[in-house]
Amino acid sequence: MFTDFFYFLRARGLTVSLTEWLTLVEALVQGHARSDLAAFYSLARSLLVKREADFDLYDRAFAAFFDGVDEHFELDAELLAWLADPVLPPPSAADLDGLAAPDLEELRRLFEERLREQKERHDGGEKWIGTGGASPFGRGGAHPAGVRVGGAGGGRSAVQIAGARRFRNLRADRVLDTRQIGLALRRLRRLERRGAPEVLDLEATIDTAARNAGEIDLVFAPERRNHVKLLLLIDVGGSMDPHARLCERLFSAADKARHFKRFEYRFFHNCVYERLYTDIAQWRGAPTTELLREIDSTWSAILVGDAWMSPYELTSPGGAIDYAHRNEESGLAWLSRLRQRCPQSVWLNPEPARIWHATTIDLVRRVFPMFPLTLDGLGEAVDVLRGSRPNRPLRTAFPA
Amino acid sequence: MSFSRFEGTDRYLVSAELRDAVNVAVALERPLLIRGEPGTGKTVLAEAIAESLVLDLLCWNIRSTSKAQEGLYLYDTVQRLNDARFGDRDIRDVRPYIKYGPLGRALLAEQRVVLLIDEVDKADIEFPNDLLHELDRTSFTVHETGETHVARQRPVVVITSNNEKELPDAFLRRCVFHYIAFPERDLMAEIVRVHHPDVEGELLRQVLRRFYWLRDLDAVRKRPSTSELIDWIAALRRGGVTAARIEQELPFLGVLLKRESDVGVARRAHRQQAVN
Repeated sequence: MFTDFFYFLRARGLTVSLTEWLTLVEALVQGHARSDLAAFYSLARSLLVKREADFDLYDRAFAAFFDGVDEHFELDAELLAWLADPVLPPPSAADLDGLAAPDLEELRRLFEERLREQKERHDGGEKWIGTGGASPFGRGGAHPAGVRVGGAGGGRSAVQIAGARRFRNLRADRVLDTRQIGLALRRLRRLERRGAPEVLDLEATIDTAARNAGEIDLVFAPERRNHVKLLLLIDVGGSMDPHARLCERLFSAADKARHFKRFEYRFFHNCVYERLYTDIAQWRGAPTTELLREIDSTWSAILVGDAWMSPYELTSPGGAIDYAHRNEESGLAWLSRLRQRCPQSVWLNPEPARIWHATTIDLVRRVFPMFPLTLDGLGEAVDVLRGSRPNRPLRTAFPA
Repeated sequence: MSFSRFEGTDRYLVSAELRDAVNVAVALERPLLIRGEPGTGKTVLAEAIAESLVLDLLCWNIRSTSKAQEGLYLYDTVQRLNDARFGDRDIRDVRPYIKYGPLGRALLAEQRVVLLIDEVDKADIEFPNDLLHELDRTSFTVHETGETHVARQRPVVVITSNNEKELPDAFLRRCVFHYIAFPERDLMAEIVRVHHPDVEGELLRQVLRRFYWLRDLDAVRKRPSTSELIDWIAALRRGGVTAARIEQELPFLGVLLKRESDVGVARRAHRQQAVN
């Protein structure tokens, strides 16, 4: 069935929606495939695939479907020959004008009905599914499997494919993409009127006009702007390697978000010590105290890390074995200092919450409220930073 | 359904796939989303469509502060209050103070127009979704007057974007999408001939060889694009540079490469090549 191609694309990981598919049907009705498989190829691509990154996926799926190399979809040579060489020329534009374009619901109903009825190959004509002609369905080789409805078609049923599809969509652990992170971060805002008066304050203008007996005096006010200043600290230690992509996405979403008043980022290795890095390729950075001087309680900080290390890396001075110099103070002291300087801060952990009882993670959790690095976790973290969810104060068991 | 077909113009050459994508978008009345490397002619495409279909073109250049609303209309309160105060105009009617934006004008137009929404990814992350509503219904209400405007015909909407990830799915679903791949050497030769009809064959051959050689250097961070190639050829011809000299040296390299480090990379690679 023609519809198989839809499910086939979806099974191959292309998220073609029904809207897009029906648009394709509409385009086929209008004759844009021109009874030509190559034209159908680019037509379907322009309507079904919206990211060039997916083009390759589409190409492979298309080849697999139409060459019949995939074991599930065997198309015989005769069928392909028919598709490549339709018997009739496509109808002229004038012919097409004569055809009323039914609405999509109607079209879909007819399409399914006809698929049930059709038993053989058709070229031309106005009703059956086939090549050439002016039938609303399957013109231009777009309908290879129309024949197979009554024929010996093998392979999975659409129901099975659909079943597989549903299963995939229900997966709860969907990967965060940059856009989703961007949207979550977008909620992180505190709108305030500060700065130069630029926009008209209508209320105040009316008020003064009334007081001045109708004499209009334009009153301006500063525009409402977001005053959130965000500091992003990302762990790039070895144990974070599996999460590198996720961190990259979070970073690029935060970096691209244009609504923060200020955005700063630093990288650290396992734990925050006396230096933080701005460039991890060359380990360029500046003392942590410099950053601490720069930020204050009006900043929000998001720390990202697995907090997974040897306990002494966190608790003992000199524990940071990665560095040539000895850290004078423990990592925990630095973390506490950061939290005190910037009370609105959270820790996002890419490791699943079930292992958070591990020693070092538990210690870090006493300093920062910790959330999983998932869409929900990020949402909750943002709520804490905006103050719409209570923030647990620092447990001052450690030297500051 | 009858529609005039887009075939490209004398000045703008299109691939068959792009031509089809444009015609499908026009016929299905869906926005056409164009992505591609900078300098592949995304913006110029809208001009070419307008020229080819003999329609007016409205451009809406998106900035980071752009809002969907200002594409429809803006109500000039300040002007109206000012006029009220100084009393030199009749201010009882709100309508003169409604200033229509490009989208508003496209929907109000008597004749079908081409609307270019350029670099849609520059705006806020929610901007494309805000746009959907009006593009879908092709009608909008001016709240200040209570009037609802329904478009007589859908404009041909061309949207360009540089960014791959930021566009929302709901928006993408409604678009016809085309990715303009960087032109192959043959198509590029044709494109160059459009701009420099009388360029000498041997010069063109050498220029293209150098151009694609530069683009293939991995270390070059900002790869030269079509428009830069055309400028380069103009510079070479004005400077009277021969094909043989392009073979030996890299004249006017600054026209092609805009980064200091890229120029260095190219010079080093060129010396390396000369040695071998």
